[in-house]
Amino acid sequence: MDETFGNYRILGKAIPRVDAKAKVTGQAKYAADIEVANLLWGFVKRSPYAHARILNIDTSKAEKLPGVKAVTTGKDFGGFKWGWSGPTRDEEPLAVEKVRYQYEGVAAVAAVDEDTAQEACDLIEVDYEPLPGVFTPFEAMEEGAPLVHEDRPGNMCVEYHWDFGDVEKAFAESYLVREDTFQTPRQAKGYLEPPAVVAYWPDPDHLVYIGAKGSPYFPYRILAKCFNLPLSNVRIITPIIGSDFGGTKNDMTPADYSAVMLAKKTGRPVKFVTSQFDALTTDLRRHPMWITIKTGVTKDGMLKATYVKAVADGGAYTRMSPLTMFLTGTCMTLPYKLPNFKYDALNYFTNNPSSAAMRGHGLYHSRFAADVQLDMIAEELGIDSVEIRFKNSIENPKPGEVYETVNEVHVASCGMQECIEKVAEAVNWKARKGKKKAEGDKAYGMGFAAATYNGGTKLSAHNACAAIVRVCEDGSVNYLTGATDVGQGSDTIMSAIVAEVLGIALEDIDIKRVDSSFTPVDPGSYGSRVTVLAGQAAINAAEDAKKQLIEVAAQQFGVKPGDVEIKDRKVFVKSSPERNMAWERLVRVACYETPGKVIIGRGYSKQGISLLGLADFSKGVGDIGTNYSFTAQASEVEVDVETGVIKCTDNNVIAHDCGFPLNTQAVETQVQGGSYHQGISAAVYEEFKMDSGQTLNPNLIDYKRPRAYEAPMAQVIHVLTSDPYGPFGAKEASEGSTCSAPPSIVSAIHDATGVWIKDIPAQPEKVFWALKKKREKEQK
Amino acid sequence: MKGEMKELKLTVNGKPYELKVKPETLLVDLLRQELKLTGAKVGCLDSACGACTVNIDGKAVRSCSVLALQANGREVITIEGVADGDKLHPIQQAMIDHGAIECGFCTPGMVMSARALLAENPDPTREEVKESIQGNLCADAGYVKYIEAIEIAAKEMRGGQ
Repeated sequence: MDETFGNYRILGKAIPRVDAKAKVTGQAKYAADIEVANLLWGFVKRSPYAHARILNIDTSKAEKLPGVKAVTTGKDFGGFKWGWSGPTRDEEPLAVEKVRYQYEGVAAVAAVDEDTAQEACDLIEVDYEPLPGVFTPFEAMEEGAPLVHEDRPGNMCVEYHWDFGDVEKAFAESYLVREDTFQTPRQAKGYLEPPAVVAYWPDPDHLVYIGAKGSPYFPYRILAKCFNLPLSNVRIITPIIGSDFGGTKNDMTPADYSAVMLAKKTGRPVKFVTSQFDALTTDLRRHPMWITIKTGVTKDGMLKATYVKAVADGGAYTRMSPLTMFLTGTCMTLPYKLPNFKYDALNYFTNNPSSAAMRGHGLYHSRFAADVQLDMIAEELGIDSVEIRFKNSIENPKPGEVYETVNEVHVASCGMQECIEKVAEAVNWKARKGKKKAEGDKAYGMGFAAATYNGGTKLSAHNACAAIVRVCEDGSVNYLTGATDVGQGSDTIMSAIVAEVLGIALEDIDIKRVDSSFTPVDPGSYGSRVTVLAGQAAINAAEDAKKQLIEVAAQQFGVKPGDVEIKDRKVFVKSSPERNMAWERLVRVACYETPGKVIIGRGYSKQGISLLGLADFSKGVGDIGTNYSFTAQASEVEVDVETGVIKCTDNNVIAHDCGFPLNTQAVETQVQGGSYHQGISAAVYEEFKMDSGQTLNPNLIDYKRPRAYEAPMAQVIHVLTSDPYGPFGAKEASEGSTCSAPPSIVSAIHDATGVWIKDIPAQPEKVFWALKKKREKEQK
Repeated sequence: MKGEMKELKLTVNGKPYELKVKPETLLVDLLRQELKLTGAKVGCLDSACGACTVNIDGKAVRSCSVLALQANGREVITIEGVADGDKLHPIQQAMIDHGAIECGFCTPGMVMSARALLAENPDPTREEVKESIQGNLCADAGYVKYIEAIEIAAKEMRGGQ
């Protein structure tokens, strides 16, 4: 039943998750479950205005309410500003002079219980001078539009202009040139666990912060700076995390800062648990984007040039928008060969909640536009969807060779063509042609898409992951990593890698979650970087520990270290395996033979990072990924032609090239979930409705998310390419299918009905009107 | 105004309790804050996500949608009471073995919804399995393996038939 790949003892198979038992029995502790003695509860006071000057904040009534222990406002933070990088530090922990989006935090209270803290927030009096706002990038770019940030003229947040090859010449030489505009929705991250934090100061010089953060070394660095502490005195502890998907659970929230400040003021632990309402109204969302794409092709459908203009709503603060706009552009030259490429990115500040990274970050927008447009081109030219993808795809480079794109992105392994072939075969693509597509009110159609995603993302500064393997004297092993499992399964992968390398059992490994007092610093869980980079660190740390133990064994056996191997918890002489010793005995000998060793293996990720250079965002060149995954997907939809309701059928196949599936089950759930929750959901269901900065559907009833009944029972096909820069050949498996799902669904709707939905989600009303318009046109 | 404390008698995971609670206390808050049973998760407090699902007299109920007093005289089972000591319930075991669980925040609710279904309907169709967890949002795993795991557990509980 379950597939097995490679010749490993543990890897390449279905590996049960190391944290699954705690999760399935309710024992796993998430941030909101954590209790410490003497705890106070916090609550954030928020602005009702989307854009207003703060004239005065009066906290006196709140302070007098019985049970209130402390109140904080932005002024307590002494002008501290933070952001993604030096030039983009434009946000305060709590707004001081101006609020720039609705429900931005302006003050916070710590009290004996949550009700009292909330009541006290109601007693805080804030005088505002409401200001006119801008609520779309098109309003923001208008001459004389109100400014979100006075020092940012034209409300320009991020701007890139890249030009590779000669796009104009290529368009002139093309047989067909098409220009289309596509739109992607303002989407919630979708985690069920709202952000939560407990902070306390064991003494005035030391801070402990326990929070739901996928990238715990973000608060480590930011809180040290904000509270003027050496990093050595900042202790970040990571509980179990209820998903992340980029954004808020990487970054800071007003509650994070307020918890630390109020704990400092009161000398007591302070806990904030964000409500889902606050999460849906103030947490970071996916950028809504308007993508205008112009593509030229030859008569037989070969891509000659693409020009993309991406206009994005960045929201109130810069956050990660510089990275978003880079990612939206960089992978336009993957997974198809593209000799000429031009890109203009325009990201504007607005008075909406800030936009940021989200699963499929950046690529999801532009690959959606490009892949749907490729189907439009295929239709015009009379070429099959699968054929046009296959022949434009980058071929798998020969071992030792690297494919370079026109914007200097480097690919050492590419299973794109194999993914396309396998999906086409699995859904019997050829046989579908000319088949009956309608039954009563229902029309059926299938769409095909191909996508790519960067794994092992490398940004401009600290990129290395590090690991410590501590072999205890009874043979059990502690694994210390700075990497954070937010649900993707990295704790299991890291444990499995260590066990595989050491030659012992998965049960022998006890992985520690991040505690910055003990675990090595790590960039974080974003950009599908954990398995690729933290996995390298795991291999290197385990190899280091193993080397030390093998030296001991070699001495015992009287042979050279190269003659000794460890396998199945046994150390032996390779040439005569009968000369062996149990793992526990080896470790005991090593630790107790006078003077006694302490076996600690250290390792960090080295591969890829300096190999091809880092990406240059302003020029648009270079690698953001250590390696790149490839995905093909075919999706069937059922369209109710009377009501416009779209339903995905179980006829949904995804082939994913993650290089090598370290844990086959985890790859499957990641691919299915990535396709479904953030892909299909964006294509068909999810969107925040806004009115002048106000979120109109800020709860999980009105903000429609697909549930089990809507879930296609997607089949996952593993495609192996063994990437030279990934651990055991692995690449990413979390985000590729988020990029292949939307174009496959939109093409399927077209296949069923003949209409192109260019602005997703294809909610019933939109589909209904598109079908009506088409019928009216046909009747004329 | 906050009301006076009321008496509440119920059993939770087989253990009888006699408590005094505020009338406005939600069952989920009683479980999490008073009884320290934090397995039921709070995702929304709108009865929309299902992460707080428990079983009351065998039925799947979202514990944020009922007052603690509404459980008076009833038998409440939470995720902490599903396993038989160290022996996991077949639904729990199937979810582990089949790799259904990712971040795990929805998992307790999924187990409780599936437990109620299989107690009433030992041989559900796929549509019935989907319907039983329709009130449980998952954020990351994509439902496929949860649905399959419930089917595997159902078969196991029927003695492999």
